[in-house]
Amino acid sequence: MLGRTLREVSSALKQGHITPTELCKKCLSLIKKTKYLNAYITVSEEVALKQAEESEKRYKQGQSLGDLDGIPVAVKDNFSTSGIETTCASNMLKGYLPPYNATVVQRLLDQGALLMGKTNLDEFAMGSGSTDGVFGPVKNPWTYSKQYRERSRQDAQEDSHWLITGGSSGGSAAAVAAFTCFAALGSDTGGSTRNPAAHCGTVGFKPSYGLVSRHGLIPLVNSMDVPGIFTRCVDDTAIVLGVLAGHDPKDSTTVNDPVKPTTLPSVPDVSGLCIGIPKEYLVPELSSEIRSLWSQAADLFEAEGARVIEVCLPHTCYSIVCYHVLCTSEVASNMARFDGLQYGHRSAVDMSSTEALYAATRQEGFNDVVKGRILSGNFFLLKENYENYFVKAQKVRRLIVNDFVNVFGSGVDVLLTPTTLTQAVPYLEFIKEDNRTRSAQDDIFTQAVNMAGLPAVNVPVALSSQGLPIGLQLIGRAFCDQQLLTVAKWFEKQVQFPVIQLQDLMDDGSLVPENGKLTSGSLTQ
Amino acid sequence: MAAPVLRSGFPGRRWALAWIDDCSRLRSGSQIGPISNWARRQSSVAQPSLHTAQKPRKGEHKWAAVVGLEIHAQISSNSKLFSGAQVCFAAPPNSLVSYFDASLPGTLPVLNRRCVEAAVMAGLALNCHINKKSLFDRKHYFYSDLPAGYQITQQRLPIATNGHLTYSIYLGKKHSQVTTKTVRIKQIQLEQDSGKSLHDDLRSQTLIDLNRAGIGLLEVVLEPDLCCGEEAALAVRELQLILQALGASQANMAEGQLRVDANISVHHPGEALGVRTEVKNLNSLRFLAKAIDYEIQRQITELENGGEILNETRSFDYKRGCTMPMRDKEGKQDYRFMPEPNLPPLVLYDDTSVPPDADPQQVISIDRLRDMLPELPSATRERLVQQYGMLPEHSFALLNEVGLLEFFQNVIKETRAEPKKVTNWVLNTFLCYLKHQNLAVSESPVTPSALAELLDLLDSKAISSSAAKQVFEELWRGEGKTAAQIVSEQQLELIQDEEALEELCQATIEGHPQVVSICNGSQFFVCNKGPRDTCPQTLPQKGWPSPTNPSLCVSG
Repeated sequence: MLGRTLREVSSALKQGHITPTELCKKCLSLIKKTKYLNAYITVSEEVALKQAEESEKRYKQGQSLGDLDGIPVAVKDNFSTSGIETTCASNMLKGYLPPYNATVVQRLLDQGALLMGKTNLDEFAMGSGSTDGVFGPVKNPWTYSKQYRERSRQDAQEDSHWLITGGSSGGSAAAVAAFTCFAALGSDTGGSTRNPAAHCGTVGFKPSYGLVSRHGLIPLVNSMDVPGIFTRCVDDTAIVLGVLAGHDPKDSTTVNDPVKPTTLPSVPDVSGLCIGIPKEYLVPELSSEIRSLWSQAADLFEAEGARVIEVCLPHTCYSIVCYHVLCTSEVASNMARFDGLQYGHRSAVDMSSTEALYAATRQEGFNDVVKGRILSGNFFLLKENYENYFVKAQKVRRLIVNDFVNVFGSGVDVLLTPTTLTQAVPYLEFIKEDNRTRSAQDDIFTQAVNMAGLPAVNVPVALSSQGLPIGLQLIGRAFCDQQLLTVAKWFEKQVQFPVIQLQDLMDDGSLVPENGKLTSGSLTQ
Repeated sequence: MAAPVLRSGFPGRRWALAWIDDCSRLRSGSQIGPISNWARRQSSVAQPSLHTAQKPRKGEHKWAAVVGLEIHAQISSNSKLFSGAQVCFAAPPNSLVSYFDASLPGTLPVLNRRCVEAAVMAGLALNCHINKKSLFDRKHYFYSDLPAGYQITQQRLPIATNGHLTYSIYLGKKHSQVTTKTVRIKQIQLEQDSGKSLHDDLRSQTLIDLNRAGIGLLEVVLEPDLCCGEEAALAVRELQLILQALGASQANMAEGQLRVDANISVHHPGEALGVRTEVKNLNSLRFLAKAIDYEIQRQITELENGGEILNETRSFDYKRGCTMPMRDKEGKQDYRFMPEPNLPPLVLYDDTSVPPDADPQQVISIDRLRDMLPELPSATRERLVQQYGMLPEHSFALLNEVGLLEFFQNVIKETRAEPKKVTNWVLNTFLCYLKHQNLAVSESPVTPSALAELLDLLDSKAISSSAAKQVFEELWRGEGKTAAQIVSEQQLELIQDEEALEELCQATIEGHPQVVSICNGSQFFVCNKGPRDTCPQTLPQKGWPSPTNPSLCVSG
């Protein structure tokens, strides 16, 4: 049952094939078994069981709240959850118990979802590997998959070559990929949802900026952050988006337009669409496998009657450095509130002055990545540097936005690009580069989307020659999220990405895929 | 050297510079040099002027002072600028703090419509250009009563710009003449207030109250057009009255609802502006004037002694009557301004630009607010002069005391007495009693009705003016008696019967033969004898203020 999609499980709950409590207990059991993944920081067992009990009553009374009633979900640990520790994987917020729920969390709970726990991340969502949190790195479930182990000839007992999840929402991606929940919330600032989704073989969706509330999402970069959604299939993403989307009076940047229900056609049609292939995204560092898959995907669309054209995004090469200036500046500002006074970590060292308290608290509370970004950001915001760095970056950002506006204005409906340069890499290889270098490399296909506020989705496409997931990205027009998901659904059906086979879990019968056979993909490596 | 630039507020009229040493008050101000030389607060890190203050030339004694003000007025609103927390003075500490005010991570600002409307009305009343689009920014500094580490303000594009404020200044030894002056308004910006810190030196700790954190503020930035403490106090007083008339702010300085920072420098006319200091957090008009005048004199003394002025922040020690450097503000401050990404541009409309399908709840129309503007103090004064024929200085006095104008108008409504009489009684007798006992108008034991009745008796010549003052004193006791009752009980009516008067005079003469014989031989007046002996029922009650006892005077 845990291997099913959200929609399938929701249907099973409605028909009484399983109860919310049974489902919840199965998930909790699996969370314990997969503890070695370090996907969760906090497991909210009591909360989830209580919620399951209440959900069960509603089902018995025929008063289900909707498709999410009784569905186990997980939330990245940078969303405020009332009474549940919310740490951002940082010493600064260890032990912090928010008194309120983020809007998106509240909306999930209002629909009867079960909160299984808070998932791991890079500290304050800064990173592309989910390796830099104080609770330790997240391990990619595909490390332990049958598909990978058979092809890599790894000894089943050997664990030193474990793979990273991608980041910064690696915990949420791993939680969904390992069947411990049916949906998870991540955040996406420069690709933090799509990147780990690609590496973990899940759907990872970034909504249009302003479509979903950021209230309660502890910010990295306010002007780029959005809540992201992890699920096993595109239809599930649409269900969750339908619950989350809409104006929030607590977030002044949410749009006021009434939200149309996000229903995807059962048989999507992409004929007549125009698919754009940005030529700037064909970079030398792109792995040959991903390049090949990208090309085959374009062929699929063309065969279906879509028009596939090469398009130009000329300011792409400036995007990563522009992102760095704007990102670190907002980080410097947003981290200013962590001073040890109102909440969070306070240094125990005896203080002779307020300034000394600030300095010691922040020195102890933040890791080097956060401190580095604070220093950079403050440098860019200094009066003498503001025009040369920050204002220029804003102007470049405008040019990048215009690139997308021009492309979509010319008739393109959706852009098709890689999500990542390569498949997931071993941790030992990943740490050979520092966080900043890694983030710059790994966000190359994803962060421009955040600068422009567009919707984008990672669709798992195929397994690499080593048996690891490879995903491709679809980018849509602003606020055309439904159209984007429709195209993604069509694409998903074409590629028939295989379900992960977790050896240990399958052996004890926890997971019984509906289709016992390994589905052969349409795409070849 | 740039040519001197004189203000042209009064075409064809020039204000002569006054010698500071020779008079206690400057009567004019001027600005020398390019306006851009005067930097706003966020430029406090700017290099000092290339022309540092010149050493005074031998024999040269003329100095000109340049004063610019930044006035922070708390907006009268039920809730704070960006959160739903209530606004209330003197609530228990930290009882009015929302999650956003305490900067809990993940909370976001939501703009309070009422505060925007107050800002627009203030801008209109101060003759500003209202910017249809304005932007919010973050101003960063670490302070324990600033939980987010930054203040949300408007730096790049404030809500209102380029206005002017006309205020009045008294001339002549007896302040009997009133003339008007104008100070330009650079801008009005919306911003949030900080919390409050109380330093406990005994225990080496600081207590923080966040009730004030996040309250909406109007920051009114005046151009450096003022030249002395009195001008500054009068300008601020006028602004205070305007904000109160609008309902935008109660502007009670004692409650911290109006605070002033003054930027002060001195220079020789014709030369570059001097280095300025900022005196912060002035919370009374008297202290504002004293602080500015002290600082002007301090700077002159320093420069004339060969010293130099530091570009520093100072506070006013009202007990010692001097300004002191503020330790916390040492060094240059770089506020690292940045756009506030969580607030979209604030867009205002006028009647021609409102989208037809706009939600009225989401739209603020400048024209609607302009139509709703109440009568402003200057218009009220003009109306009083026109309507009641009073002197301009009297109209000022009526508006300067909270509630006094309403009291006056209520008396006028109920009495037959002519307005000049009412004015005199209200401004002299009534106001004098209030001041002596330190009461507000609303706390007065004498109601407008009671005073109106008293004035009617006086007008109909039922009592004399001295008797009227006796009655007023009795009314002030607040025992609930009417003026007529008091007159009757104390037999204060004027005697109209000639025969009765003649009898009274004859009795007095016959009762004092010795005095009469003395008068016959001299031209002296003899007073205060008759009534005491022959009319005991008319003896006045003793009290304060003591009017002259009524008396009959006899001359030879």
